[in-house]
Amino acid sequence: MSSFWSNWIIVLTIFTLVAVTWILLANQTRNDNSAETTGHIYDGIEEYDNPLPAWWFWMFVITIVWGVGYLVFYPGMGSYQGVLGWSQHSEHDQAVAAAELKYQDIRESYLSRPVEEIAEDPAAHRMGQRLFGNHCAQCHGSDGRGSYGFPDLTDSDWIWGGEIRDIKHTLTNGRQAAMPAWQGVLGDQGVEEMTEYVLSLNKQTQNTPSLISSSEKFVMYCGGCHQLNGAGNQMIGAPNLTDDVWLYGGSKSEVAQTLRYGRTGMMPAQNTILSEAKLHILTAYVSSLHIEDKD
Amino acid sequence: MHDSHDIILKEVAPAEVGEVDLYQRREKIYTRKIEGFFQKIRLYTGWPLLLAYFGLPWLIWDSRQSVLFDLPARKFHIFGLTLWPQDFFLLALVLIIAAYGLFMVTAIVGRVWCGYTCPQTVWTAIYMYLEQLFEGSRNQRIKRDKAPWSIEKFYRKILKHGSWLFVAFLTAFTFIGYFYPIRELIVDLCYIRVSVWPAYWILFFTLATYINAGWMREQVCQYMCPYAQFQSVMFDHHTLIVSYNSLRGETRGPRKRTSKRVDSSLGDCVDCQLCVQVCPTGIDIRDGLQYQCTGCALCIDACNSVMNKMGYSPNLISYTSESALAGGVMHWFRPRIVGYLSVFILMVALFVYTLVNRTPLEMTVTRDRGDLFVRNTNGHIENIYTLHIMNMTNATYRYNLSVENLANAHLIGNREPEVRAGEDLHFSIRLKVPPDAAAPLNQMIFFNLEAQTDTELKTKVESRFIRPEL
Repeated sequence: MSSFWSNWIIVLTIFTLVAVTWILLANQTRNDNSAETTGHIYDGIEEYDNPLPAWWFWMFVITIVWGVGYLVFYPGMGSYQGVLGWSQHSEHDQAVAAAELKYQDIRESYLSRPVEEIAEDPAAHRMGQRLFGNHCAQCHGSDGRGSYGFPDLTDSDWIWGGEIRDIKHTLTNGRQAAMPAWQGVLGDQGVEEMTEYVLSLNKQTQNTPSLISSSEKFVMYCGGCHQLNGAGNQMIGAPNLTDDVWLYGGSKSEVAQTLRYGRTGMMPAQNTILSEAKLHILTAYVSSLHIEDKD
Repeated sequence: MHDSHDIILKEVAPAEVGEVDLYQRREKIYTRKIEGFFQKIRLYTGWPLLLAYFGLPWLIWDSRQSVLFDLPARKFHIFGLTLWPQDFFLLALVLIIAAYGLFMVTAIVGRVWCGYTCPQTVWTAIYMYLEQLFEGSRNQRIKRDKAPWSIEKFYRKILKHGSWLFVAFLTAFTFIGYFYPIRELIVDLCYIRVSVWPAYWILFFTLATYINAGWMREQVCQYMCPYAQFQSVMFDHHTLIVSYNSLRGETRGPRKRTSKRVDSSLGDCVDCQLCVQVCPTGIDIRDGLQYQCTGCALCIDACNSVMNKMGYSPNLISYTSESALAGGVMHWFRPRIVGYLSVFILMVALFVYTLVNRTPLEMTVTRDRGDLFVRNTNGHIENIYTLHIMNMTNATYRYNLSVENLANAHLIGNREPEVRAGEDLHFSIRLKVPPDAAAPLNQMIFFNLEAQTDTELKTKVESRFIRPEL
């Protein structure tokens, strides 16, 4: 951006300051008690042209001095930032730092207690709720029940494990899931048959003899991650295919698409953003979610 | 009604403009102490009000301060009532009613607010009492002020200003006690550990009281008070004013106490100047109605004491009206008063109605913005909402949450939230509906919240349910 507008503001400001100072002083130095009139006549009433009362004059002087002082210390002269370096950003940062300091001790005190214990602490729960709202709700929903591609955190179906240390690990370091694309290996026919087979695993379709070849392929290609019976493996984030919980949809077309093109799931690591104490509180909050009533 | 009078203009040509002092200097007013009927009224109205002011914050109600305007928590406690920021218009309404009541009273009985209950008048009276106590009577004060400095003059002045500052401090401390728990404040004060802002405001109001009641006095009424300036528009010919009956009083003049009035060409005014000496604004009431007059009636009491001594009938100076002075009759029920009164009653009724029908329950509903909707495994459509439920009562309630105007809706989450007294509970819920191609894509819905034990305690909040095109 050119400096034109900045200079324009500076010129305007200085001109205004000089002008008001001049007007003030020019009026004040007029000869006293001359009983001259301004020449204005209203209904026969004339107006004396007298100087300002002293206290008015000095109030104006103070405002001018104040104005100059303000422009030195605070931003106002175009893009000049002022001696104090004040800005809305720095004020926000200070407010955040002050809040951090204020709540630090409370958070640290939670850190020294086990997650199971603070999961039942109402104050910690509220704190966790706020953290969840700020950092997790965009994907998992503000109630934590997830949406398409983002797991429901209130059910007991955990992709990466539902133990306290698993949840904490997920929050702290994030998770990277990769379901490879099988189109090239299985072919169109193979994908369709495998879809039927996967759906049959949780009784959506009948396991007919026609699926025998698919079951062999499942053992060969899928069993490594999802286990031979399709129950999944929380160590590597391979979902359980035998329950009716689907991260990317459980309809035929959606399962087929997953098989054909693969999926990549990504939970970002929060340790770059959140302190250890915050992660601790958040772990407690997330682990408490599935205790709540589930319809 | 009276005809409007033309103001008679007189040609006043100053002989010569010499050294003109452009701005009037304040002449220090030495008021004489006076006792009488109206001073008793002032005393008997003043004490209860002062007691209420100084005592209210110390009262306990429901194990908390009875009157506390808790600004940081944004809650106003007034005995059993707790007002939240949402109720702020009630405060505005109270202020409007108070201002309007003031106008009405002014129209009927003139400046009784100024004369008897205005804090400026009351505190000035307290300060004058202390002045009298430490510096003596009017004459003694005038004499001492003219005399050179002496030890006696010095310590008397110290005592006076010390007592003024003490009263000012008590006033300021009590005032801050309405905004900051006064029992904590006094403990903090004893240990000299008052935090910055309460300390600042106590200092501020101490100085303000000291300067206003000690030094500014009538100047506040004359130059600073907006009410004093515009109240003349509320006056009419029937409004009560403090006035001198010049028909009866003139021609004024001194006389022997024994002289018979009938023998004299003089009126009843003995020109003793007492009415001038007692006046806290330093005016001469015999010059007629003046804007400086606060209607304090000190001159009435002063004059009546003299009339009594002289054996004349009282009320040469009295509460009267322009119309009565002109020999007319005072009308109490005149259109202006009826107008004021009916609007006033209307506003009070509105206020009481609003207060009684106020629901101390509020809910806000915010749809999640992350996803417009969620389609779950079964193809059902879900919307997520975050609710804020504010229980503005002083008791814990459990509520029933339900949804209106959404067919086959299933509410997932806390359907019976319990909210403690004064709590602002926030939690998220989810609405689930089976797919329905006929339903609107963006549907207006309502959340209903009703206390389980009190069906009067309920609220209804509008929101939206959004679904995809099928």
